[in-house]
This record gives sequence, C-alpha cells and structure tokens, in this order.
Amino acid sequence: MHPPQPNPEAHASDDWPSELYRILKAADVRQMSYVPDAGHSQLIRLFSADRDVTTNVLTTEEEGVAIAAGAWLGGQRSVLLMQSSGVGNCINMLSLSAIGRFPLLMLVTMRGEWAEFNPWQVPMSRATQPSLEAIGLKVMRAETAEDLVETVESAAALAYDSDQQIAVLIGQRLIGKKKW
Amino acid sequence: MPMQAQLDRRAAVAALLKNRKDTLVVSGLGSPTYDLHSVGDHDGNFYLWGAMGGAALIGLGLAQAQPEKRVLALTGDGEQLMGIGGMATIGVARPRNLDIVVIDNQHFGETGMQASHTGRGVDLTAIAAACGFVGTATLRTLEEVERLARQLVEPSDGPRLFVIKVLAENPPRSLPSRDAVFIKNRFRAHLGFAAA
Repeated sequence: MHPPQPNPEAHASDDWPSELYRILKAADVRQMSYVPDAGHSQLIRLFSADRDVTTNVLTTEEEGVAIAAGAWLGGQRSVLLMQSSGVGNCINMLSLSAIGRFPLLMLVTMRGEWAEFNPWQVPMSRATQPSLEAIGLKVMRAETAEDLVETVESAAALAYDSDQQIAVLIGQRLIGKKKW
Repeated sequence: MPMQAQLDRRAAVAALLKNRKDTLVVSGLGSPTYDLHSVGDHDGNFYLWGAMGGAALIGLGLAQAQPEKRVLALTGDGEQLMGIGGMATIGVARPRNLDIVVIDNQHFGETGMQASHTGRGVDLTAIAAACGFVGTATLRTLEEVERLARQLVEPSDGPRLFVIKVLAENPPRSLPSRDAVFIKNRFRAHLGFAAA
C-alpha cells in the first residue's frame, strides 16, 4: 500500500485537502488530532502518513482542544479536525484556549445544512457557529474550495502568529452529499 | 471492604515531587492545583483552574512536543473521571514520557465532598491497564509514594497511571496565579520559547 501523496499539480477546486495539507505543513503544524469525518478523510490520511507530524485519534473532540494547548506549551503547533456535531462536545474545554489565549485552529466540516439526509445532524449544525462565538472563538467560513484554501491560510496565521482561537467551518455544500 | 485511606494528600504530593528534576507538571483543577502549588511554585508547572478533564490530555500534547522531558499530569479522581475517554487516546498515542498521578480521595472535594465513582468500585488503574498503559499501581503509604517518585524520573516504554489513595479532607488552599496567560508564557519561557 502506498502512502497518500499530495498532488502538487492539482487545482484547488478538485484537491483542496492536499492544498490544506500543504498550507498546514508550511505553517509548521507538528501535531494533528481528530474525530473522523468523511469530509476530512483525505487530510487525515495525509497527516497520518507524515512522520514529522504526531497524529492523535480522539474519543471526543474536546480532548483535541487540551492536546493543542499542551502542544503549544511545549513549543509545537497543532490542528484539530472534527465535524460540526463535535463542536458541542468542545465548549467547556474551549475555556482553556480562550482564557489562556492559546493558539487554536479547528477545521470543522459542516453537517446538517445542505442536502442533509439525517435530521439528527440539524440541531447541532444550527448551534455550531453561535456556540463557538459565545465561548469566544472567531469563526470563519468557506463555501468554495478556493475560498477554503485562502481562509485556512489566513486562519493559520491568525491562530499561530496572533494567538487567536479560530474555527474554520467548511460548508457542507463544498464537502458534497454523503453517499449511501 | 476496602481499607480506609490514611495518607495526607499534601505529604503525598510533597514526597512525589521532592526530586522532580526537570519534570514538567500539569495539575488538574481544584485540590491537585493547590497541592502542586503548596510544594513550591515552579516555572515548569501549568495549573488548571477549569477545563475539567483536560489535565492528562494537556500532558499528552506537551509530552509529544517535548519527547526528551518527563511530563506528569497530577490530577484528582473527579477530574480524571471526566476525562476518562482520554485514557484510550493516551493509550493509543503511547507517549513514553507521560505519567498520570491521580490523587484519589474518592470524593468531589471542591464542591462539598460528594462521593465519587472511585470509592464505589471504579478502578482507574484497571481502566488504564485496559487502555494499554504500561505501568499502573494503587498506592496507600508514604513509603510507596517515595518509591514511585524515584520511578517517575526514570525512562518508561509508555504511559503510566498511578492512583494515590488519600484522606478525604481539604487542607488550607495554596493558590497559584489564576492568570493563565501569565502561567503559559512563564512555562514556555522556562522551555526557551520567547513570548510572541
């Protein structure tokens, strides 16, 4: 089995996960933690195959908020991947990032907002942005691949260089319909 | 019937950290934070006043970033119970330089001494072992804690978790700074990272 490789020739619109990987590597991200989402699967594969990045699979998303703070205490940058349902699990732990002004970059794939077949995804989808903002995070959002790549690049600079706590919401329209 | 714990938590933590060398310590909110501070403030301490359930996982991120340093998450039974899933995450991550020590009074001491799960049959060491931790033990005497202190500064093949059973009492509080930005920057400066 060959490890997945980013495709440097690919256009952002068809290979945005490789673009995000490239941007996060350029930002010197050394730790990545995640609760899986189908929309993050390629990015998870790319990081997991990278021996320079420590990858943690989580049992619940708030663990990644704590890991990111610990990584920063130890001098490393961390990124946290989840889907929107996981944002609700994070809220109290985000006190740590907010009150300690720890750099935090969360990439959140949205469910429950575009061609969603599962109604159970809808309430947390609706609560995602307001609850993140209520606990003090800056929320950025992208609906197209080009916009996503630029947004994550900007978010990484804001997080790691300006000590901000950022969630980038990746629109479900961009991820595409879940196939059953 | 389990025997009644006799150990004083402050004496236990003092013995545990007497020869910490350059161990980095993250303390869980409530009594473990006061215990850690009571031994003497240290630039290599990060004290939690909230973020319940996060101490061991902050320890994980730190241990992964600083593989040459030993990292100790010093927490309580209530805090570790809230972060119970993190034991699976740490077991899978298998850091060689992270230890969790639970100062276990079997109660939620900060909120009125309500009984916790650990006095009712829940064994955190058994859970840690099942998660793949390479060393676990329950300690009840100062002599055992002194032995553990020597063990903690030695290399390990993976994460370890130790439960120290202590008397359920609230000694006088010893309060570190609640300014997390200050504590964070002081901690990072201790490791040689300049403030931004």
